[in-house]
Amino acid sequence: MTAAALCEMLNLIPLAGMEGKNKEVTGGYIGDLLSWVMGRCKEGDAWITVMGNRNAVAVALLRDVSCIILCEDAELDADARTKADEEGIFIVRSSLPAYELAIRLSALLK
Amino acid sequence: MNALKKHYIVPGDDFTRAGEASGKVKGTLKQLGYNSDVIRRVAIAMYEGEINMVIHAGGGEADVSIYPDRVEIILSDHGPGIPNVELAMQEGYSTAPDDVRSLGFGAGMGLPNIKKYTDEMRIDTKIGVGTQMYMTIRVHP
Repeated sequence: MTAAALCEMLNLIPLAGMEGKNKEVTGGYIGDLLSWVMGRCKEGDAWITVMGNRNAVAVALLRDVSCIILCEDAELDADARTKADEEGIFIVRSSLPAYELAIRLSALLK
Repeated sequence: MNALKKHYIVPGDDFTRAGEASGKVKGTLKQLGYNSDVIRRVAIAMYEGEINMVIHAGGGEADVSIYPDRVEIILSDHGPGIPNVELAMQEGYSTAPDDVRSLGFGAGMGLPNIKKYTDEMRIDTKIGVGTQMYMTIRVHP
Protein backbone atom coordinates (compact mmCIF):
# COMPACT_ATOMS: atom_id res chain seq x y z
CA MET A 1 0.00 0.00 0.00
CA THR A 2 1.37 3.42 -0.90
CA ALA A 3 1.51 6.28 1.57
CA ALA A 4 -0.99 8.13 -0.62
CA ALA A 5 -3.46 5.23 -0.40
CA LEU A 6 -2.97 5.10 3.37
CA CYS A 7 -3.62 8.82 3.56
CA GLU A 8 -6.90 8.39 1.71
CA MET A 9 -8.10 5.35 3.63
CA LEU A 10 -7.42 6.88 7.03
CA ASN A 11 -8.73 10.32 6.05
CA LEU A 12 -5.39 11.95 6.73
CA ILE A 13 -4.66 15.48 5.61
CA PRO A 14 -1.62 15.80 3.32
CA LEU A 15 0.63 18.66 4.41
CA ALA A 16 3.96 18.40 2.62
CA GLY A 17 6.34 16.34 0.52
CA MET A 18 3.84 15.24 -2.11
CA GLU A 19 6.65 13.87 -4.25
CA GLY A 20 7.14 11.12 -1.70
CA LYS A 21 3.53 10.02 -1.52
CA ASN A 22 3.99 6.86 -3.55
CA LYS A 23 6.45 5.22 -1.17
CA GLU A 24 5.39 1.78 0.00
CA VAL A 25 4.14 1.50 3.59
CA THR A 26 5.39 -1.74 5.09
CA GLY A 27 4.91 -1.13 8.81
CA GLY A 28 4.39 1.46 11.48
CA TYR A 29 6.31 3.05 14.32
CA ILE A 30 5.24 5.40 17.11
CA GLY A 31 7.75 7.66 18.85
CA ASP A 32 8.68 11.24 19.66
CA LEU A 33 12.22 10.90 20.95
CA LEU A 34 14.17 11.30 17.76
CA SER A 35 17.25 9.31 18.76
CA TRP A 36 15.03 6.48 19.90
CA VAL A 37 13.11 6.49 16.64
CA MET A 38 16.34 6.85 14.67
CA GLY A 39 17.73 3.67 16.18
CA ARG A 40 14.59 1.56 16.04
CA CYS A 41 12.17 2.40 13.25
CA LYS A 42 12.37 0.46 10.01
CA GLU A 43 12.56 1.44 6.40
CA GLY A 44 9.03 1.77 5.00
CA ASP A 45 7.40 2.44 8.36
CA ALA A 46 4.65 5.02 8.62
CA TRP A 47 6.01 7.05 11.54
CA ILE A 48 3.37 8.34 13.92
CA THR A 49 4.59 11.26 16.04
CA VAL A 50 3.85 14.72 17.40
CA MET A 51 7.25 16.00 16.27
CA GLY A 52 6.70 18.36 13.36
CA ASN A 53 10.12 19.97 13.32
CA ARG A 54 12.94 19.92 10.81
CA ASN A 55 14.94 17.38 12.78
CA ALA A 56 12.06 14.93 12.46
CA VAL A 57 12.23 15.37 8.69
CA ALA A 58 15.97 14.64 8.84
CA VAL A 59 15.31 11.43 10.78
CA ALA A 60 12.59 10.40 8.30
CA LEU A 61 14.97 11.02 5.43
CA LEU A 62 17.91 9.18 6.97
CA ARG A 63 15.80 6.16 7.90
CA ASP A 64 13.68 6.04 4.72
CA VAL A 65 10.33 5.92 6.46
CA SER A 66 7.38 5.92 4.06
CA CYS A 67 5.66 8.92 5.64
CA ILE A 68 5.28 10.96 8.82
CA ILE A 69 1.81 10.98 10.38
CA LEU A 70 1.37 13.90 12.77
CA CYS A 71 -1.17 12.67 15.29
CA GLU A 72 -3.59 14.67 17.44
CA ASP A 73 -3.34 17.65 15.10
CA ALA A 74 0.29 18.28 16.00
CA GLU A 75 1.82 21.31 14.31
CA LEU A 76 4.18 21.19 11.35
CA ASP A 77 6.85 23.92 11.53
CA ALA A 78 7.24 26.10 8.44
CA ASP A 79 10.91 25.16 7.92
CA ALA A 80 10.04 21.47 8.35
CA ARG A 81 7.43 21.82 5.63
CA THR A 82 9.99 23.39 3.30
CA LYS A 83 12.53 20.67 4.02
CA ALA A 84 9.93 17.94 3.51
CA ASP A 85 8.93 19.46 0.17
CA GLU A 86 12.57 19.64 -0.90
CA GLU A 87 13.33 16.07 0.14
CA GLY A 88 10.04 14.41 -0.78
CA ILE A 89 9.16 13.34 2.76
CA PHE A 90 5.39 12.87 2.72
CA ILE A 91 3.83 14.38 5.85
CA VAL A 92 0.17 13.97 6.76
CA ARG A 93 -1.91 14.94 9.75
CA SER A 94 -4.72 13.39 11.77
CA SER A 95 -6.76 14.46 14.77
CA LEU A 96 -6.63 10.89 16.08
CA PRO A 97 -4.25 9.81 18.86
CA ALA A 98 -1.27 7.60 17.99
CA TYR A 99 -2.93 4.51 19.47
CA GLU A 100 -6.04 4.84 17.28
CA LEU A 101 -3.94 5.47 14.20
CA ALA A 102 -1.79 2.43 14.89
CA ILE A 103 -4.85 0.19 15.25
CA ARG A 104 -6.22 1.39 11.92
CA LEU A 105 -2.86 1.15 10.22
CA SER A 106 -2.42 -2.38 11.50
CA ALA A 107 -5.84 -3.41 10.13
CA LEU A 108 -4.93 -2.00 6.71
CA LEU A 109 -1.57 -3.76 6.61
CA LYS A 110 -2.98 -7.21 7.47
CA MET B 1 43.50 0.95 -0.78
CA ASN B 2 42.31 4.33 -1.99
CA ALA B 3 39.49 5.98 -0.15
CA LEU B 4 36.94 8.49 -1.30
CA LYS B 5 37.37 11.31 1.21
CA LYS B 6 34.74 13.86 2.16
CA HIS B 7 34.97 16.80 4.52
CA TYR B 8 32.00 18.61 6.05
CA ILE B 9 31.55 21.54 8.38
CA VAL B 10 28.80 20.94 10.92
CA PRO B 11 27.44 24.38 11.83
CA GLY B 12 26.94 24.95 15.52
CA ASP B 13 24.51 27.81 15.35
CA ASP B 14 21.65 26.11 13.58
CA PHE B 15 20.27 23.04 15.25
CA THR B 16 17.82 22.41 12.42
CA ARG B 17 20.64 21.92 9.93
CA ALA B 18 22.12 18.97 11.81
CA GLY B 19 21.86 15.93 9.61
CA GLU B 20 22.91 17.61 6.40
CA ALA B 21 26.36 16.01 6.39
CA SER B 22 25.02 12.56 7.22
CA GLY B 23 22.34 13.01 4.57
CA LYS B 24 25.01 13.76 1.97
CA VAL B 25 27.10 10.76 3.00
CA LYS B 26 24.02 8.58 2.78
CA GLY B 27 23.37 9.85 -0.76
CA THR B 28 26.98 9.17 -1.79
CA LEU B 29 26.92 5.63 -0.39
CA LYS B 30 23.65 4.96 -2.20
CA GLN B 31 25.11 6.17 -5.48
CA LEU B 32 28.15 3.97 -4.97
CA GLY B 33 25.92 0.95 -4.44
CA TYR B 34 26.68 0.12 -0.79
CA ASN B 35 24.16 -2.22 0.79
CA SER B 36 21.29 -0.79 2.79
CA ASP B 37 22.60 -2.17 6.10
CA VAL B 38 25.84 -0.19 5.79
CA ILE B 39 23.99 2.93 4.68
CA ARG B 40 21.58 2.65 7.62
CA ARG B 41 24.34 2.20 10.17
CA VAL B 42 26.44 5.05 8.77
CA ALA B 43 23.40 7.36 8.67
CA ILE B 44 22.36 6.64 12.25
CA ALA B 45 25.84 6.84 13.78
CA MET B 46 26.89 9.95 11.89
CA TYR B 47 23.62 11.78 12.53
CA GLU B 48 23.87 11.12 16.25
CA GLY B 49 27.44 12.39 16.18
CA GLU B 50 26.39 15.53 14.32
CA ILE B 51 23.58 16.18 16.77
CA ASN B 52 26.00 15.77 19.68
CA MET B 53 28.40 18.29 18.21
CA VAL B 54 25.59 20.80 17.69
CA ILE B 55 24.07 20.32 21.16
CA HIS B 56 27.24 20.17 23.20
CA ALA B 57 30.14 21.64 21.25
CA GLY B 58 28.91 24.49 19.04
CA GLY B 59 29.41 22.43 15.90
CA GLY B 60 32.52 20.85 14.44
CA GLU B 61 33.88 19.02 11.45
CA ALA B 62 33.31 15.63 9.91
CA ASP B 63 35.85 13.70 7.86
CA VAL B 64 34.53 10.66 6.08
CA SER B 65 36.67 8.09 4.28
CA ILE B 66 34.80 5.62 2.12
CA TYR B 67 36.61 2.35 1.38
CA PRO B 68 35.21 -0.64 -0.48
CA ASP B 69 35.03 -2.66 2.75
CA ARG B 70 34.35 0.04 5.35
CA VAL B 71 33.42 3.64 6.09
CA GLU B 72 35.51 5.60 8.56
CA ILE B 73 34.16 8.76 10.17
CA ILE B 74 36.06 11.23 12.32
CA LEU B 75 34.05 13.91 14.09
CA SER B 76 36.11 16.70 15.64
CA ASP B 77 34.94 19.57 17.79
CA HIS B 78 36.40 22.26 20.01
CA GLY B 79 33.70 21.97 22.65
CA PRO B 80 34.03 21.55 26.40
CA GLY B 81 34.99 17.86 26.25
CA ILE B 82 33.23 14.95 27.96
CA PRO B 83 34.04 14.78 31.71
CA ASN B 84 33.03 11.14 32.13
CA VAL B 85 32.91 9.11 28.93
CA GLU B 86 31.78 5.95 30.70
CA LEU B 87 28.77 7.76 32.12
CA ALA B 88 28.00 9.43 28.79
CA MET B 89 27.96 6.01 27.14
CA GLN B 90 25.17 4.80 29.42
CA GLU B 91 21.77 4.64 27.81
CA GLY B 92 19.49 7.29 29.31
CA TYR B 93 22.25 9.56 30.59
CA SER B 94 22.07 13.03 29.08
CA THR B 95 23.22 16.55 29.85
CA ALA B 96 21.24 18.11 27.01
CA PRO B 97 19.37 21.31 27.92
CA ASP B 98 15.58 21.48 28.08
CA ASP B 99 15.12 23.34 24.80
CA VAL B 100 16.90 20.50 23.02
CA ARG B 101 14.73 17.93 24.79
CA SER B 102 11.62 19.69 23.60
CA LEU B 103 12.79 19.05 20.04
CA GLY B 104 12.93 15.33 20.69
CA PHE B 105 16.58 14.86 21.61
CA GLY B 106 18.39 14.45 24.89
CA ALA B 107 17.10 10.96 25.64
CA GLY B 108 20.61 9.75 26.35
CA MET B 109 20.54 7.54 23.25
CA GLY B 110 23.15 9.31 21.13
CA LEU B 111 26.40 7.63 22.14
CA PRO B 112 24.75 4.24 22.84
CA ASN B 113 23.23 4.37 19.32
CA ILE B 114 26.64 5.14 17.85
CA LYS B 115 28.20 2.23 19.70
CA LYS B 116 25.40 -0.08 18.66
CA TYR B 117 25.56 0.71 14.96
CA THR B 118 29.32 0.94 14.44
CA ASP B 119 31.89 -1.85 14.40
CA GLU B 120 34.49 0.30 16.12
CA MET B 121 34.14 3.49 18.10
CA ARG B 122 36.70 5.49 20.03
CA ILE B 123 36.40 8.80 21.82
CA ASP B 124 39.37 11.07 22.53
CA THR B 125 38.29 13.95 24.70
CA LYS B 126 40.08 16.65 26.67
CA ILE B 127 38.27 19.03 29.00
CA GLY B 128 38.30 22.56 27.61
CA VAL B 129 39.95 21.47 24.37
CA GLY B 130 37.47 19.30 22.50
CA THR B 131 36.46 15.84 21.44
CA GLN B 132 37.33 13.57 18.56
CA MET B 133 35.18 10.59 17.82
CA TYR B 134 36.38 7.83 15.51
CA MET B 135 33.89 5.41 14.04
CA THR B 136 34.26 2.52 11.62
CA ILE B 137 31.36 0.80 9.91
CA ARG B 138 32.37 -2.34 8.05
CA VAL B 139 30.65 -3.85 5.06
CA HIS B 140 29.41 -7.21 6.28
CA PRO B 141 29.03 -9.78 3.51
